[in-house]
Amino acid sequence: MKGWMTMAVGIALAVPAALGAQGINPDEFYPGKGVGPVDTVVLADTLDPELVKKGEEIFKLKCTACHQLDQRVVGPPLRGITKRRRPEWIMNMILNPTEMVQKDDLAKTLLGMYYVPMTNQNVTEEDARALLEYFRQVDAEEKK
Amino acid sequence: MRGWSWKWGMLVAVAALTMVGATKVRKLARDAAKKVYVAPGEHDEFYAFMSGGFNGQIGVHGLPSGRLLKIVPVFSVNPENGYGYSEETKPMLMTSQGFVPWDDTHHPELSQTNGVPDGRWLFINANNTPRIARIDLATFHTVDIIEIPNSGGNHPSPFITQNSEYVVAGTRFSVPIPQKDMPISKYKGNFKGTLTFVKVDPQTGMMDIGFQILVPGFDYDLAHCGKGPSHGWCFFTSYNSEEAYSLLERHASQKDKDYIAAVNWKRAEACLKEGKGEKMRVTYYHNYWDEEKQMAISEKKTSVTILRPEKCEGMIYYIPTPKSPHGVDVDPSGEYIIPGGKLSATISVFSFSKMINAIKNKQFAGEEYGIPVLKYEAVLHKEVPNLCLGPLHNEFDTRGNVYTSCFISSEVVKWRYEDGKILDRIPVYYSIGHLMIPGGDSRKPWDKYLVALNKITKDRYLPTGPELAQSAQLIDITGDKMEMLLDFPTMGEPHYAQGIKADLVTQRQVKIYPLEKNHHPYAVKSQDAVKVVRKGRRVDVYMTAIRTHFAPDNIEGIRVGDTVYFHVTNLEQDWDIPHGFAVYGAQNANILIMPGQTLTLKWVPKAPGVYPFYCTDFCSALHQEMQGYVRVSPRNAKTKLYWYWAGQEQK
Repeated sequence: MKGWMTMAVGIALAVPAALGAQGINPDEFYPGKGVGPVDTVVLADTLDPELVKKGEEIFKLKCTACHQLDQRVVGPPLRGITKRRRPEWIMNMILNPTEMVQKDDLAKTLLGMYYVPMTNQNVTEEDARALLEYFRQVDAEEKK
Repeated sequence: MRGWSWKWGMLVAVAALTMVGATKVRKLARDAAKKVYVAPGEHDEFYAFMSGGFNGQIGVHGLPSGRLLKIVPVFSVNPENGYGYSEETKPMLMTSQGFVPWDDTHHPELSQTNGVPDGRWLFINANNTPRIARIDLATFHTVDIIEIPNSGGNHPSPFITQNSEYVVAGTRFSVPIPQKDMPISKYKGNFKGTLTFVKVDPQTGMMDIGFQILVPGFDYDLAHCGKGPSHGWCFFTSYNSEEAYSLLERHASQKDKDYIAAVNWKRAEACLKEGKGEKMRVTYYHNYWDEEKQMAISEKKTSVTILRPEKCEGMIYYIPTPKSPHGVDVDPSGEYIIPGGKLSATISVFSFSKMINAIKNKQFAGEEYGIPVLKYEAVLHKEVPNLCLGPLHNEFDTRGNVYTSCFISSEVVKWRYEDGKILDRIPVYYSIGHLMIPGGDSRKPWDKYLVALNKITKDRYLPTGPELAQSAQLIDITGDKMEMLLDFPTMGEPHYAQGIKADLVTQRQVKIYPLEKNHHPYAVKSQDAVKVVRKGRRVDVYMTAIRTHFAPDNIEGIRVGDTVYFHVTNLEQDWDIPHGFAVYGAQNANILIMPGQTLTLKWVPKAPGVYPFYCTDFCSALHQEMQGYVRVSPRNAKTKLYWYWAGQEQK
């Protein structure tokens, strides 16, 4: 029963999301901040190495089962994410994925493409900030 | 002609009355429906915990809707989630008799603080291989099972003291203590009973046997402990004070009165302190769930402390009680003790303060094996004649009323225990056993609804062949007249039940197990760390599950003759996203792994081949893709052990 419910909800969400996909290209910069607890993130010009290290650890523990940097697994590859999304959107997607795939246009589009809703991994806002710092580091490296 | 018009007139009148009657019935039904309707997405006001009887489980229902919310496996293995099959949960069911996969659960009992259910734990007895279990209501998992030694059948159990100091146990079937080979015909005087007090740790809830009182070989049937002024005492009914061992329906019903055993457990504690207990060597098991390691630990115990009544004066008295009493219940004030005199039409209400006076004034009618028998009249508050046929159990409201279940006359009777006045009766369908008001055996009943737990179902539901679900009925007790609201089926055979205001339970709910706190020795918390390790003929697979794959999802190099342990960690940290794991030909069950949890399924492949495994719980749109293979080679093959997942390079 629960299985069918999940699928029904999945379809109900996936259909409008697929329709809503028109006009949004996930590979391009998306200006939205998303839906969730994070309203404004102020970024320093330089990276905080402590925070990067912490973010990398959390990434390995809680994200790599679905996300790699350069390869699609369950979810999209994440290299370059800080160039395509605003920091607020990234943190809201991590912290509030359930509401995001219901309300945010880009998140809806992504659900229509990947079919598996982003899971809530119960990370704190502090942890999400560390993850963001790690992604910034990854994207800074690429520049070199 | 005149005859015709008369007949037509009657017919019209009858038709009109029928229509009025039908309209009234429809209106009543509409009113009742409103009272039990819980709109989609809304929650019930109460949890009801129904014992499962011979299914060894507990059914959790919502009230007033009657909806079944969960089956909690306790003493019985449960293939649905792998309880009793997974390596982590198998130790929960260890006993002195080995692994026992089934039992008979009768009486759920909520933990209490100051005599009021507090929503922390639920206890329940195993009647057959004597045990008590504790369920943590934060997880609805069975976390603690203690075996009761020196007992042949644990029925009057696990009734609780006011601050959850103890849960009690007692022998329904007296046996030789210690057990030995002897003729059954030597029962009288040689078979014994025990009344056991199991200590409950106030912080952790962990159970441990405090002491056992050695008592005459009667059949100890039910119990309830005192509260308020009677806190410190527990009351056990007994039948078969004749000490019959054959054709009990006749031989154990000869005397007009059997007994309530009134036990002063604070006095017992004092005797223990004075060194009056004696150690007895005996084997029993205590099994408990280690939250940190996420697995059950089984401990063999070898000793209990026995108290003999003759060595601890003032610890136990018998109150003569009409005939073969079943339940015994204490009113919210703690002053009145009311047994269900199963084979007597007259019900007796006893007074706790009178009992204390009778003890002080030594108003004894005799003794049984050295235990003083109090004078019936000295303890009696009131006799209530012609209450009903087959009174079994009582529950209370806050307005001085008691509700008695009457098995033979199939009804619930509402009456006042202060003056014995009968106020109302309502028929129930059919043959009621226990009854339950949420908090109805505590100091503060939530006295809105009463549930009748009926033994016979017959025609109440659509028929399902010879075997039918049991029938519960919800009754509104807020008015002067009891009002029947709802029928709903219950699983197994509910005996007693407990109910509690929902928020006391919901506020403590665990939704996931944090991965950081998972210290299971075979847990893998990151997909990078998955591995397969061979030690001789044993292969351990350290596996992860997350929507929508297992890692590894391909394993090669297993050989016939190997025993494979799949240790699956669910990496999800999201509420209600369990993953299941099943593998072809497994001779145990599937396992259902909660978010953040690790569970282990043992698998012994029989022949060379390639065998699939898959997720059994529909987890996502790509659930059907959540699968993998194990390649099994012949016993002496040289196939290299390796594994990979989702297109990763093989290691």
